Amino acid sequence: MQSLWLAVAALLGHWRRHPMQLVGMVAGVWLATALWTGVEALNAQARADYARASAVLEAPVRSRLVPADGRAFDHETFLQLRRKGWRVAPVLEGRLRVGETTDMAVRLVGIEPISLPAGARVAGQRLEDIDLAAFTGQPGQAWVAPDTLRRLGAQPGERPQTTDGHRLPPLMVQESLAPGIVVVDIGHAQTLLDQPGQISYFLLDTDHPTALPAELTETMRLESEEEGELQRLTDSFHLNLTALGMLAFIVGLFIVHASSGLAFEQRRGTLRIVRACGVSLRALMGALALELGILAVAGGLLGVMTGYVVAAALLPDVAASLRNLYGAEVAGHLTLSPWWWGAGMGMSLLGVLLAGLSTLMQVRGLSILALGQTHAWWSRFSVLLRHQVAAGALLVVLALMAWRVGQGLLSAFVMVAATLLAAALFLPALLNGLLAMVGRWVRRPLVQWFIADSRQQLPALSLALMALLLALSASVGVGSMTAGFERTFIQWLDQRLAADLYVTPRDTGHGLAIAAWLQAQSSPAVDAIEEQWRAETRIGANRVLMQGVGPDSRLPRSWPLLEALPDAWALLTNTSAVMLSEQLARRLQVRPGDPLDLPVAAPGRSLRVVAVYADYGNPTGHMLVPLSWLRRHFPGARLAGLAVHLRGAGTPVLAQRLQEAFALDSSGVVEQSVIRQWSIDIFDRTFAATRAMNVLTLGVAGMALLISLLALAGRRLSQLAPLWALGVRRRQMAWLSLAQTLMLASLTTMLAMPLGILLAWCLVDVVNVHAFGWRLPLYVFPGQLLMLGCMGIGVSLLAALAPAGRLWSVSPAQLLREFSRDA
Amino acid sequence: MRRWLAPCLMLLALGGCGRDDSAPRGGGFAGLGSAVGGFREVVPGVPLAFPRDHGAHEGFRIEWWYITANLIDDQMRPWGVQWTLFRSALRPEGGSGWSDPNVWMGHVALTGPHGHRHAEAFARGGIGQAGVNADPFRAWIDGWTLQARSSGAADGGCGDQGPGDGLRQLVLAVAAPGLAYELNLDACGPLVLHGEEGYSRKSGQGQASYYYSQPFLRVDGHVEHEGRRHHVRGQAWLDREWSSQPLTADQQGWDWFSLHFAQAGIGAIPEQPARNPTGHKLMVFQVRHVSGDAYRAGTWVTPDGRAVTLRADQIRLLALEHTRLANGRRVPTRWRVEVPDFGVDAEVVALEPGAWMDTTFPYWEGPVTVSGSATGVGYLEMTGY
Repeated sequence: MQSLWLAVAALLGHWRRHPMQLVGMVAGVWLATALWTGVEALNAQARADYARASAVLEAPVRSRLVPADGRAFDHETFLQLRRKGWRVAPVLEGRLRVGETTDMAVRLVGIEPISLPAGARVAGQRLEDIDLAAFTGQPGQAWVAPDTLRRLGAQPGERPQTTDGHRLPPLMVQESLAPGIVVVDIGHAQTLLDQPGQISYFLLDTDHPTALPAELTETMRLESEEEGELQRLTDSFHLNLTALGMLAFIVGLFIVHASSGLAFEQRRGTLRIVRACGVSLRALMGALALELGILAVAGGLLGVMTGYVVAAALLPDVAASLRNLYGAEVAGHLTLSPWWWGAGMGMSLLGVLLAGLSTLMQVRGLSILALGQTHAWWSRFSVLLRHQVAAGALLVVLALMAWRVGQGLLSAFVMVAATLLAAALFLPALLNGLLAMVGRWVRRPLVQWFIADSRQQLPALSLALMALLLALSASVGVGSMTAGFERTFIQWLDQRLAADLYVTPRDTGHGLAIAAWLQAQSSPAVDAIEEQWRAETRIGANRVLMQGVGPDSRLPRSWPLLEALPDAWALLTNTSAVMLSEQLARRLQVRPGDPLDLPVAAPGRSLRVVAVYADYGNPTGHMLVPLSWLRRHFPGARLAGLAVHLRGAGTPVLAQRLQEAFALDSSGVVEQSVIRQWSIDIFDRTFAATRAMNVLTLGVAGMALLISLLALAGRRLSQLAPLWALGVRRRQMAWLSLAQTLMLASLTTMLAMPLGILLAWCLVDVVNVHAFGWRLPLYVFPGQLLMLGCMGIGVSLLAALAPAGRLWSVSPAQLLREFSRDA
Repeated sequence: MRRWLAPCLMLLALGGCGRDDSAPRGGGFAGLGSAVGGFREVVPGVPLAFPRDHGAHEGFRIEWWYITANLIDDQMRPWGVQWTLFRSALRPEGGSGWSDPNVWMGHVALTGPHGHRHAEAFARGGIGQAGVNADPFRAWIDGWTLQARSSGAADGGCGDQGPGDGLRQLVLAVAAPGLAYELNLDACGPLVLHGEEGYSRKSGQGQASYYYSQPFLRVDGHVEHEGRRHHVRGQAWLDREWSSQPLTADQQGWDWFSLHFAQAGIGAIPEQPARNPTGHKLMVFQVRHVSGDAYRAGTWVTPDGRAVTLRADQIRLLALEHTRLANGRRVPTRWRVEVPDFGVDAEVVALEPGAWMDTTFPYWEGPVTVSGSATGVGYLEMTGY
């Protein structure tokens, strides 16, 4: 036991002499853990909130009765069902804008606690725990999550005002409620939403009759609630984040690996002495493992704490993205379980063990009597290279298989991961081959040495270079994707937002009145009003919003189509045809020309798909149908919006007058430019987290390179000493060494560019399609490539400066000592 | 007396009782005189009026409409039917639509040769899911209804026995999973007011209610058990009670009997109770205190509808035999009931010992047969076991 402590003390002495190495080692663990746990924190928070969202109303039976035509139910239907023995409970849901200063949109859920089936839970509360008198009475209770309360800027018991001028019941915090949701009694909900006597859907009890009564099948449908629909939708987003986090973690582990390798290299002598002093191999290995463990705990603790900070900083953006992309509410602040902290520490320990394993193995093979290290590096390296190339080839096959055969997002990620890993594995062989080729061409001795010596550095630097390659190509790929998306999206927005003013009426009557008023305006005169008639339905498991297109619609002038039959617009307005959003078309697996059955009565059931259009960022399926068809089959279709084209300027003036004339709030009348800016902001925030993660990963890669170079620098003195002895000055040697690093880094950077573009293609053409349901055109931005390339070389330069500097000032005595050691 | 705790338990569970200061304070007559959290008080000397009082009494906290029926089918097998509608007001002030303060609870049960089936339902007042109209009489929760039969319908064979009080001809209809019944009820006697002209004391501590019954209902109709229909006839007992004051906390539960005697004091044929429906009736109950004491009271009803209020010292109740139910509860299912002043020393035995109402607020309720110095049939309700 004592020998173990002696060994530990001897080992730890090393760090006192080389504090920078200690910093590097801990920093590696720290960064890797921080990025990984940060991403996991974001995912954990989001998942917890989805679980809460789907648990707003937990009934024993996960199915509901919904209106067939998109209209609401009335009380009479409720009573009728109850009389027939259907133990249904009414729910009224709607969106509500709340707050005088904040103006926040919330989902209002009106429940009727008494008819809820036994065993149901509302926001985690058992029915028995609800204070019925207070909940159903006046002024009632409005349940909100702590996060919603914070965002409303309100205190419990306050009664915020809705934009329609109603007051919410006094707010009451329910810890387990999902953010962005307000639960009230159905009576209060009907008042708040201005929907007296209306019911959105019915929840069912366990023992309901098996079939709907014949007279009700026309008006309602039994719909089984899909479990975790939100989770399914957002899975892709989180998988994206997880992949980035994993990448950062791996790159971080490269640092740890390099540091522990460096420490081993430098302590070779110490280790031998410790062994020679009689410390058993087991004790020595135990001491090294203990040392690694201590470092892992220290770095892990720092990392988990930093991860929390990173996540907390990114969460508002992530929450905004999720809200805008999927309508998924995620709290703007973190509440993490102890499990998360434990998992972060576990990952860090595991990672360090993995990264330090090779060091431990080397110690095991350490011979006490072995002197210098005249190992035949080349034969070992060439074997390693062959293995790496073989593994890389296997990964290429895997990537191809995932691409051609695989289905779904996971296989898309397998493809991306396999491609990246394969490229990383090919990298040393490629560099080696390139250098060998160049070496054959050069004749000057120093240049020959330069090339040959660079090749000799490869084994030690290859891991760090791989990290650089991965980080850079990820940056290129993600950068191309986001920039490409932005360009596509803005073009699309400009085409799509062709009208000058968009009006959202309260209901159909209101909308018609506004349209009539607008027609009567003279200055500015209204050129055309596009009435947007909408209804909602379901095709299979997909929620679909339908919009009617009339014969004199202006949509054909501006609505961009991705794929269409000839004369698609004429076909749409004159025949039984339909146009689908790209996402919906993919999900339903239909293309222009295919027939599509819709859930309506027999004549008019089957429509022909005539076009597919882009509908970026919309999780709900979207569909354009002939207006006459929509009104015939969906009498509940409502006038949901008016797109107003003006003749001449004066949009803000008209918007102002319209607001005053119809008492519309600012969200009811929106100018085109405002919507455009608002949409762009949403998408900026969507990728903010991605971009931030990318920059961090690149930083980590630079760190890995620095530490590898430091590790190498010590070892390389013995190789440089002969050069010095042959008359090359130290200063020149420093320049040469810097140039070597730059050359290797530049080659890697150059290789990272095509790899990055390949990655970008994978992202836009494969991952995006699976994740969001839309395909993006692949753009290559040379400026961006140049900038990232410079960044990569710059980071390498920074990393190479310190070792080169050391060479600059190395004392001749040190160089001489190298010879004495060799002797 | 009966079913006093159930609505209060319901209120407790639904958040009504105990969250305000309306629980009975202290006891004695001072408690009776005090206002109950804004609800109306039960005071003596208020004459009951019909059909008005068949309806719901807004302003009072708790109220119920209760039918129990002893029936026999064509094979002379005995059946029991229970139908109950409870009303609990969450707050004293009224309101319309979803602001209505009432919560309704319905219990239905059918006990027969094949065992005991029951079901329950809850409803919010205000939108028509449950309620009671006084005239024409209709009490309902979802599809479970007790309502006046349209005039001119065939009468139940007991002729015009009294003035039209709004409850002469009724139809009771229920369809629930595993049980259903549709019964015509005809009143063959007058309404019976308990206590002091309908003002009925509930304990020695001042609790009281308005309480009347229609114990002379003759029944004809069908019951359906697990999808099999049986023609039945027999007699039923309707109870109406409303109040605002729940029982005190030290009252543990109660045992309540409603008995139809074939012929008081004289041996009769228990298998044929319907042959002589105009016999004497007895309602007795005891409220068991935690201390082991019990508060007893009752009403003797003569065949012509005269009611004699029974004092505690006129009644003796003794549990003779207990049954251990499948759910582990131990309930007395054989009793000795003595009312010496009326010559009653009878043994009351549960027809189906497993008649447990496994509802949100569980209790035992089922048909019984009477033998001994008096014979007949009836219903027994026991809570707090």
